[in-house]
Amino acid sequence: MRRVMIGVGNPTRGDDAAGLEVARRVRSVETHQQSSGSYELMDVWEGADEVIIVDAARSGAPAGTIHRFDAHDEPLPGGILATSTHSVGVMETIEMARHLGRLPERVVVYGIEVSSLTPGAGLSTVVEDAVSELVMEIDRA
Amino acid sequence: MSVEREIAVDYLARVEGEGAMYLKLKGDEVIDLRFKIFEPPRFFEAFLRGRRFSEAPDITARICGICPIAYQTSACNAMESAAGVRLPGPLRALRRLIYCGEWIESHALHVFFLHAPDFLGYESAIRMAADFPEQVQMGLRLKKIGNQIMALVGGREIHPINIRVGGFFRVPTKQELRSLVPDLEWALEAALATTRWVSGFPFPEFERDYEFVALQHPDEYAIHEGRIASNRGLNISVDEWGEYFEESQVSWSNALHARRKNGGSYHLGPMARYSLNSEQLTPVARGAAGEAGLGSRCGNPFRSIIIRAVEIAFACEEALRLIDAYTQPEAPYVEVEPRNAVGHGASEAPRGTLYHRYAIDSEALITEAHIVPPTSQNQLSIEDDLRAYVPGRAHLPDDQLQWQLEQAIRCYDPCISCATHFLDLTVDRE
Repeated sequence: MRRVMIGVGNPTRGDDAAGLEVARRVRSVETHQQSSGSYELMDVWEGADEVIIVDAARSGAPAGTIHRFDAHDEPLPGGILATSTHSVGVMETIEMARHLGRLPERVVVYGIEVSSLTPGAGLSTVVEDAVSELVMEIDRA
Repeated sequence: MSVEREIAVDYLARVEGEGAMYLKLKGDEVIDLRFKIFEPPRFFEAFLRGRRFSEAPDITARICGICPIAYQTSACNAMESAAGVRLPGPLRALRRLIYCGEWIESHALHVFFLHAPDFLGYESAIRMAADFPEQVQMGLRLKKIGNQIMALVGGREIHPINIRVGGFFRVPTKQELRSLVPDLEWALEAALATTRWVSGFPFPEFERDYEFVALQHPDEYAIHEGRIASNRGLNISVDEWGEYFEESQVSWSNALHARRKNGGSYHLGPMARYSLNSEQLTPVARGAAGEAGLGSRCGNPFRSIIIRAVEIAFACEEALRLIDAYTQPEAPYVEVEPRNAVGHGASEAPRGTLYHRYAIDSEALITEAHIVPPTSQNQLSIEDDLRAYVPGRAHLPDDQLQWQLEQAIRCYDPCISCATHFLDLTVDRE
């Protein structure tokens, strides 16, 4: 069984890099780091039985909260993951893949609630803790 | 009695960036119309000042994630022109080749994901994918092939890092380029299928007598360099841009409006290029245009989707030709000795002519930068289109009128992020 983990984020925008950092640390599965959640993700997970996606989230929950969704059977709830007027996001890509029959058997999406998106800053302490927790969770599975 | 009404779109969908539209009508009469660009200004021209001349391609590439090659090419052209340098054959061919990649990638994105849903009645490409999965898959693969060219020649597809003033940091081997051939052969066939598909869409009856402005080159369908020409007799060198065009600020847009000096709006992009240069298209692309019912010019902006498809076919054919003729140069770049001078550069971004002008001092530092993106130049033409389009359709209910006007704007494939360095619609009816 092929499991693929994809971290999505911008390495230069503070906590937005959370997904990338998880991908950098996870050891138990094949990892990929992507700067956006656009349609190219479908090529990255092509042929995988399970894909785990980690992205930054901004839903209003306390910073560091880890949201978990099983996206194979139903769409992700709106307004959690980052969206942009400039590019397609993870949510749109998953829905596109669903229509095209290109979703793996299992699709798990984690959103890490961000605190600061300051350009040039590193991860905030609470998000750093959430990253460590999620890395352990993925490696344990 | 005529009733006044207002239609406002606060966020335009399926455009790149943040824009809006406001329309105020009294009966059939347009009282006020504004295409608003509210994406915040990005100050690129200001922070280029004081940077080395050689940094302009990498800095300006960041203006756009969809058409970075256009920014890099126009910047390189300007710096090379200031230094009096011209690229030798193979480097020139590579610059044209990577630009073909950008045309394929950007046009595929617009044709399949931003524009086609308008004609087929879907609010998004995702909804369209349920009914047209084959076409959407084709669009995805075309876009990917464009990206592959950009990644191979440019180091990566978004904001490529291998382009420099005078050429490249590293040039690909012939064998590396040959690896693109099978995909490009598939892409050419796919582009022809796309042209046939989109030419069957229902197009509104609408034409305007535009002044089309595009680059023109004696030997080829202009992409990465040329003179600036129009269908009304303009034929100038890029250096003369400022003598024939001017920019002004309006309160409702963070992007400067451009117009012809002593004149009005002009139209940039695929329709302008096609109408000026269609005889120079490669044979297969030209055949496809004929088959799709395009004459020697096209004045219906909705049909620009057909021209984009034809230009994808052209870019594939041209890329195949360039790869076939390629001989790896000994040096990846030519030395460019900066001098105290002003340099002008232009190239055909997927959305139209992108003009750069830089003043460079004796220390090789940029003292002045002026960047005029195609979308900011098209703003006036977009507003003129809407003013002409509304009167025959003012009887439509607000939601239908709004949907049609948004489509009219999307014909331009506006890139608002570029223009500020798109759309929220309001219709007011009196």
